[in-house]
Amino acid sequence: MNFLDYAPAPESQAILNLRSDYGLFIDGEFVAGRGTPFQTINPATEKQIAMIANANAADVDAAVAAARRAYTGAWSRLSGSDRGKYLFRIARLVQERARELAVAESLDNGKPIKESRDVDVPLVAAWFFYYAGWADKLDHAGLGPNPASLGVAAQVIPWNFPLLMLAWKIAPALAAGNTVVLKPAETTSLTALLFAEILQQADLPPGVVNIITGAGDTGQALVNHPDVNKVAFTGSTAVGRAIARSVAGTDKKLTLELGGKAANIVFDDAPIDQAIEGVVNGIFFNQGHVCCAGSRLLVQESIHDEVIDRLKDRISTLRLGDPLDKNTDIGAINSADQLRRITELTAMGEQEGAERWSADCAIPENGFWFAPTIFTNVSTSHRIARDEIFGPVLSVLTFRTPAEAIAKANNTPYGLSAGIWSDKGSRILAVADKLRAGVIWANTFNRFDPASPFGGYKESGYGREGGRPGLAAYLKPAPYLKPAPSRPRSGTAPAASATPAAPAAPAAPAVSARKKAAK
Amino acid sequence: MTRLAIPKTYKLYIGGKFPRSESGRVYEILAKKGDFLANAAKASRKDAREAVVAARAAVGGWAGATAYNRGQVLYRIAELLEGRRAQFVDEIVQTEGVSVAAASAQVDEAIDRWVWYAGWADKYVQVAGNANPVSGPFFNISVPEPTGIVAIVAPQAGGSLLGLVSVVAPALVAGNTVVVIANETMPLSAISLSEVLATSDVPGGVVNILTGSPAEIAPWLASHADVNALDLVGAGAIDWVDLQIAAAETLKRVLPPENGPDAATPSIDRIVAFTETKTVWHTKGLI
Repeated sequence: MNFLDYAPAPESQAILNLRSDYGLFIDGEFVAGRGTPFQTINPATEKQIAMIANANAADVDAAVAAARRAYTGAWSRLSGSDRGKYLFRIARLVQERARELAVAESLDNGKPIKESRDVDVPLVAAWFFYYAGWADKLDHAGLGPNPASLGVAAQVIPWNFPLLMLAWKIAPALAAGNTVVLKPAETTSLTALLFAEILQQADLPPGVVNIITGAGDTGQALVNHPDVNKVAFTGSTAVGRAIARSVAGTDKKLTLELGGKAANIVFDDAPIDQAIEGVVNGIFFNQGHVCCAGSRLLVQESIHDEVIDRLKDRISTLRLGDPLDKNTDIGAINSADQLRRITELTAMGEQEGAERWSADCAIPENGFWFAPTIFTNVSTSHRIARDEIFGPVLSVLTFRTPAEAIAKANNTPYGLSAGIWSDKGSRILAVADKLRAGVIWANTFNRFDPASPFGGYKESGYGREGGRPGLAAYLKPAPYLKPAPSRPRSGTAPAASATPAAPAAPAAPAVSARKKAAK
Repeated sequence: MTRLAIPKTYKLYIGGKFPRSESGRVYEILAKKGDFLANAAKASRKDAREAVVAARAAVGGWAGATAYNRGQVLYRIAELLEGRRAQFVDEIVQTEGVSVAAASAQVDEAIDRWVWYAGWADKYVQVAGNANPVSGPFFNISVPEPTGIVAIVAPQAGGSLLGLVSVVAPALVAGNTVVVIANETMPLSAISLSEVLATSDVPGGVVNILTGSPAEIAPWLASHADVNALDLVGAGAIDWVDLQIAAAETLKRVLPPENGPDAATPSIDRIVAFTETKTVWHTKGLI
């Protein structure tokens, strides 16, 4: 160990009080699942953490029924301010148990403790705090006065930010007056179940939130359940497509937050120190398991070599290892499956002629790991420039003019996020205007805030989470009241019944276009 | 001695031009009483695809125009509609079999609705967008932007002009371009509207109007990878669930069918439905 190395500084697991097995959280109680339980493992050691119940179709039925009962019997009758008070309570309980949640998250997911402690869990609390305040202000959600909740929301979330995605889903749903059945990802159920304990401490009425664990078929049964009014999904574009197909022809409202292949554009006038940090954070944050990760670096040709050299220097200082170590920058890949996918796609990158460089870091013996990697000489047709890798792998492309940067950035079926690095304000504004992506970071990257809407263009999905649009995703306008017919214009007779009714006068309340979906 | 009238050849409207269907097909438009009125072009799959190409080419210019400019261009259409009131009334009386008074009321309504939407062009962003108070040194703003190409099945019930205006105008406000399948049995208003559009300042390709069978054409638009959104408002009588399933392949934004006289009621929701919220984080710093 030389003097520049850090001594191990692992966060203690003593704060955890985990059970050996967890049931499903239905109607306010933990109950046994009717499917075969499965283990959740620590991806850094491959050791079992706990056994998790597996919800079959009957369990899904029970959870949806509990959510329906809670919706009609309790939650929809509660005042907005009381709903808000429950959400404030939850936010405070999350803050109180923040360290425990962070340790559990890093244990189960493999992400560095400094991220779960400083990013994930604080944002979870912030999300509940933000939406708590909305619960009694729904008239300002942008849907006109007295918007109505939808009913039971089916929510399926991914494994990359287990607790944070839970907060993104549950907080706005409850604030708007819906009840929830949520399914965490198969490999990361643990913190959702700890969250269920928090709901018990908050004395949330039984059935308002139900958490069912299981694999893809559990999620499918939930999304396809006929008594569900809203579906919210974060995950792969392939599954998102399947969900969009399955809800076609139903009244279920749908929000999809899917994949991405974000361009992170570095202009030659960029603040270079910040840009290097931003590019590193953009792709190596959370091992690159981020749908909005800046996985395509578009660097202006004139500064390409300098940027690549500096990136390699910086990446060589990243510390890969024990997720619970407070000095760890790169934690474990979440699962063997994901590691396989990253390995396959990077092999494809080499095969297609891109130049690979990986940081020279020691890889622990057990667990799933992937050294931070950069590909240079990447062309737009390469798989590593088109497919979402969802790992710590950066593909570098070059451009000469802003127009070329924009064209390359938009050359993808995705449209979730993008980054711009430049010291020139007018250029930032013009480029941001032309990028077809839902979230754009100028001289920063991977920032999240409950007040800031998040979601994609094109095949990155539709609907927004966060901010006012994130609330509106769980509401519908007040029942339509037919406006009084406007007075006939002078010189014309009243409209015959065969013609459409007069339109609402411009001053009339806005009416949803979706109010009368034909069956 | 009465003068022999000159009947009009009704054609498609694609990319600012008036082509016949490449398929060479036409279908008969009958008056309410059953008399022959005209042959309308029966658009084919290829016509639909060419309309999408034209619509895509027009997105940059239309979406890139200033909001004030778009508002004026849209308002100009209302001016031209007003000048052609008599023609529209006449065609509505013939195809829908309603009284002159009822047809006049419909045309008035359609023009007024167009004006209402035109006025939104430089305002809807203020209503639907906002600044976001994030926890950090950032200027964070969310604005709606046009989604791209909207394919529309126009209402198929009576009110052929008003129905069309009610779905085309809101899609245009934000800067989307449109491929619309007109009312199948009463397409004359749609074709005459295309003549209005052609002599207005709307760039070619911003609105493309197809006449023919929605059941035949809509599936090609629903599955077209370069179409961003699908308004099924008039698709209630055809197999619209399959259209929605086809649209899922490229995750198109979809509005479901609406029935009855209140279909496509004027609302800012119809504008916002075909927009994407873009949120930009600008770093603040005293450098």
